[in-house]
Amino acid sequence: MLKDLQKAIVQSQVWKSIFRVGIPTDNRKRAMAMLGNVVLHLHPIKVKKSGLRMSYTWCMGGTAFFLFLVETITGLLLMFYYRPTVEYAYFDMIDLREVAAFGIMREMHRWGAHAMVIAVWLHMFRVFMTGSYKPPREFNWNVGVILLVLTLLLSFTGYLLPWDQLAIWAITVGSNMARATPLLGAEGPGAAFLELGGKKLIHVGSDARFGLIAGRTIGGGTLIRFYVLHCVAIPFVAAFLIAVHFWRVRRDGGISGPV
Amino acid sequence: MTDEINETTPDTPADPAPVEAAEAPAAATPAPKPAAPVKAAAPAEVSRRGFFSWAAVAWVGFSAAIGGCVTAWGRFMFPNVLYEPPTNFKVGVPSDFPPGIVDERFKETNGVWIVNNDGQLYSLIAICTHLGCPPAWLEAQNKFKCPCHGSGYYKNGINFEGPTPRPLERARISIDPSDGQILVDKAQKYLWEQGQWTDPASFIEVG
Repeated sequence: MLKDLQKAIVQSQVWKSIFRVGIPTDNRKRAMAMLGNVVLHLHPIKVKKSGLRMSYTWCMGGTAFFLFLVETITGLLLMFYYRPTVEYAYFDMIDLREVAAFGIMREMHRWGAHAMVIAVWLHMFRVFMTGSYKPPREFNWNVGVILLVLTLLLSFTGYLLPWDQLAIWAITVGSNMARATPLLGAEGPGAAFLELGGKKLIHVGSDARFGLIAGRTIGGGTLIRFYVLHCVAIPFVAAFLIAVHFWRVRRDGGISGPV
Repeated sequence: MTDEINETTPDTPADPAPVEAAEAPAAATPAPKPAAPVKAAAPAEVSRRGFFSWAAVAWVGFSAAIGGCVTAWGRFMFPNVLYEPPTNFKVGVPSDFPPGIVDERFKETNGVWIVNNDGQLYSLIAICTHLGCPPAWLEAQNKFKCPCHGSGYYKNGINFEGPTPRPLERARISIDPSDGQILVDKAQKYLWEQGQWTDPASFIEVG
């Protein structure tokens, strides 16, 4: 009787509309099942055995991606309680630790951030040591460098959000560097060249640093700006480049094995 | 998930879709109509040059529109209104500042000290010239001392200890003729190392 029920379900229109291929019993069906599924088709159908050797790959790329996902999820959860204003930011951060359920989302997010930065550096080091930047993989190496910069920018923008002494002064020092940008920084070389009718175009209220921190000093404008960069803008770009990065690995023949 | 491991080309096998368009002319003599499969049912024949110049115009227009949007976005990112204390403000009349004083009443709110020293009344900007922390005035030791890395300055703002490479900066200071009050303008700075402390706008003579 159970078999009849099973047969009825499996041959129903609802079932067949979702699962188009039956249980894969041969290579063709295996391929079709993978390729016909939006989640599964991101995976390769077959994997080289050398790609599983952790002593060779260190698994740092995968670790970095895993931590990116951890950061996304913990970050999303933090967003339900954190308000990026001068009045609330610090106290919401404290509350996330003291009052919110479980109380470790903030810590997981922060430690995950540190771990992710370490992981991407180790991944870069491994790729270099195994020569996996050589042709045809040069472009992917460059994509990886951009991803490294984006990871560091995520760390930089996220560092301000607790709005404590450490955050404010670290970002003050870090953003002061933007003043020295050539041409575009108020105290950098060449700023005086850009002027219109005798009026300086680049000054403390209009230079690159001003645009970065939305003000002449770190304040509420900076906080909301860094919050949007940290939660939306940079993750979007990073997600897209991660997709390119992975696609390139697949296209270049899979994770590089020993020669 | 360590999913960047992969092997044989997982690309979907090239669809052997019958290219009928190619079949037909093969039967007849090769038809000299390059635009045929692209232009669907266009009665007037479009030459290759016509097609590309139309496409070029379209692309140029599109790029110009995108360039305009990016420029507009760039302007958008620079705020017009700042929620910061104003950079020029009044601090009182000269008689409020007896000789030798380092007045701290405006340090917290406006980020300056008003100093009466050596016959001059001037305003020092309370930002350490090393990395930007606000120094403290230590009356007992007669010096400004930065808590971050220990930079030290004399009462006249000249640096003498610590990692800072240059003295504190002065703000523009003047007497407002309408009410005799001292007007400080932080947006205009005077740097000692550029010889700007001789500029009369950087101090008020008080004899």
